[in-house]
Amino acid sequence: MSWRLWLPLMVFFGFLGLAAYQLTQPRDEAIKSAMVGKELPYFTLPPASLERPGVDSRYFYDGKPKLLNIWASWCLPCIAEAPQLEQLKEQGAEIVGVAIRDKPTDVMRFLSQHGNPYTRIGRDDLSEVQLGIGSSGVPETFVIDGEGIITYQHIGDIRPEHVPVLLEELRKAGR
Amino acid sequence: MILATMIAIPLAAQDGAPPAPYAYRQLDDPAQEAVAQELMETLRCLKCQSQSIADSDASMAGDMRHQVRIRIAAGDSPEEIRRWLMDRYGDYVSYEPVMSATTWPLFAIPALLVVIAGLLFWRRFRRRA
Repeated sequence: MSWRLWLPLMVFFGFLGLAAYQLTQPRDEAIKSAMVGKELPYFTLPPASLERPGVDSRYFYDGKPKLLNIWASWCLPCIAEAPQLEQLKEQGAEIVGVAIRDKPTDVMRFLSQHGNPYTRIGRDDLSEVQLGIGSSGVPETFVIDGEGIITYQHIGDIRPEHVPVLLEELRKAGR
Repeated sequence: MILATMIAIPLAAQDGAPPAPYAYRQLDDPAQEAVAQELMETLRCLKCQSQSIADSDASMAGDMRHQVRIRIAAGDSPEEIRRWLMDRYGDYVSYEPVMSATTWPLFAIPALLVVIAGLLFWRRFRRRA
């Protein structure tokens, strides 16, 4: 019997092996923003709470790099990242918040329970800013340099190991 | 126990904001609505990745439908809106296949197989003749 007869079967097992291998690999479902390296879209958001002013995209052009944190009071991972945001603030990072589909009462309750590291919090009821910067979920954190350019995107909650990464990205954006 | 179920309800309700104005409301002009609907069926929901934004009840999909409808109403073409989303989320957000550095084999391999099959047939028939 010719070895060539076995060829289709071998190809079949090759596919089977490939599929089995892919099944064991962890899957990365995060959708990266294509806006990294580009300029922030123009936007103006009203305040999301009584304690902080709203957010205007022109605020990101003052020469100082900032963190833009997309969050919501109804988002559980946002509670998990609150201590890390506090830590970033203590180390000198300025954090601007955008609250997605949120109510001022809920926002203020969240801030009183989990701390308020924000200098400004905008209210984005239609996810317009979120869609405008290519964010696909909460929480996400963007580094904006002092000239309105998005230089880095962190997807998901900020864990303790991400704090130095974000500080480094802020430093790089400041040069 | 009763108290526990009462507490569980607001958690399940997720976000507090009402849906965007055009998340569930059709455009007044049926022709524009048809164009918007056709486009929404080819845009991927980012939260629920195997559904189109036309099929999904996720609040973010509602916000995307709102964007599609107000942009159609403002006179944007469907391809401009698709481009706007792809500039933000990459090819991922569109169900319309595009040829790119990663997808070209999907288009090239079938064509190659057809050529190989043609050659095989040609050789066999020639031998028989």
